[in-house]
Amino acid sequence: MPATNTYDAIQSYTLTSATNTVTFGSIPQTYTDLVLILNLGSTPSAQLTRLRFNGDTGTNYSDTKLRGNGTTAYSTRISNDSNATLNEFAYASTTLGKCNIIVNFMNYSNTTTYKTFLFRANNADLGTELGAGLWRSTAAISAIEVSNPGNNFLSGSTFSLYGIKAA
Amino acid sequence: MVKIQTVTVGVSGASSIDFTSIPQTYTDLKIVASLRSNRSAALGDTPALKFNGSSANFSNRYIFGQGSGTPTSGADADSGLGTMPGPNATASVFGSLEVYIPNYTSANNKSFSTESVMETNATANYMVMMANLWSQTAAITSISIFSQTSSTILQYSTATLYGIKKA
Repeated sequence: MPATNTYDAIQSYTLTSATNTVTFGSIPQTYTDLVLILNLGSTPSAQLTRLRFNGDTGTNYSDTKLRGNGTTAYSTRISNDSNATLNEFAYASTTLGKCNIIVNFMNYSNTTTYKTFLFRANNADLGTELGAGLWRSTAAISAIEVSNPGNNFLSGSTFSLYGIKAA
Repeated sequence: MVKIQTVTVGVSGASSIDFTSIPQTYTDLKIVASLRSNRSAALGDTPALKFNGSSANFSNRYIFGQGSGTPTSGADADSGLGTMPGPNATASVFGSLEVYIPNYTSANNKSFSTESVMETNATANYMVMMANLWSQTAAITSISIFSQTSSTILQYSTATLYGIKKA
């Protein structure tokens, strides 16, 4: 019996040109959790990677992070922001393959609770970060926008979304 | 996410846990491991990696916590993966390790994410979060987990390699 696939591939993008924003739209509501995997380059370097859900530009995002830059460890938070920021040290570099980000969205399709997500951002040249994010909306997540405000993700950057279904 | 292989260490212990001839048909790899070593008179030991038979060209930045005091951040130019219990840790406790490697077949440098913990119900425990980089463009075809202090990985240690395929 072949092994069962537990991460269902939903959508993926590999950039063929420098791009500012990648959007996963019409996300199926048939899973329990989502996993977003990003492997990025950026031009110019050292730019933030941000998320928005369902096109919401309101100040409905917050997060708390544990960050280390190889010298000092910090814990920081942002409240009432207009997007979720996934990295403040572990930026995307101008070299592809050096920055990876993993985001876990739990119970993304429910319409009762605010949406929480956990994220890890890594760039071994710059730092590592762990964060907990909150989107203060009870709407199901049907779209995820990944952006590099004011700058571009490099051609060759990859964005992959997976669904996980509960037993 | 599909299981590729599980290795369980037998009664004699092992100098390494090896995954060879890794299929090149997935997008990302994930390793989940439960480890303990016999490092002489030590509370903890450091698991480390080889890709394609080499522990060269690795670097990392990390955050380290031990259950008291202020977390620290540092950087190393090696393939260490954080922590696992040694013989001075509470008996029967094995550490947990998770490694996520995006785009392991790409022609770019390979950044990956690592978390390792040991919780022993004792005063000192270790938790390490890392941003790792393998500065090589070759596809990863084999992975070895070993003790950075050349200690033996003990019986009942396990490691499972998973493949994740994008849409």
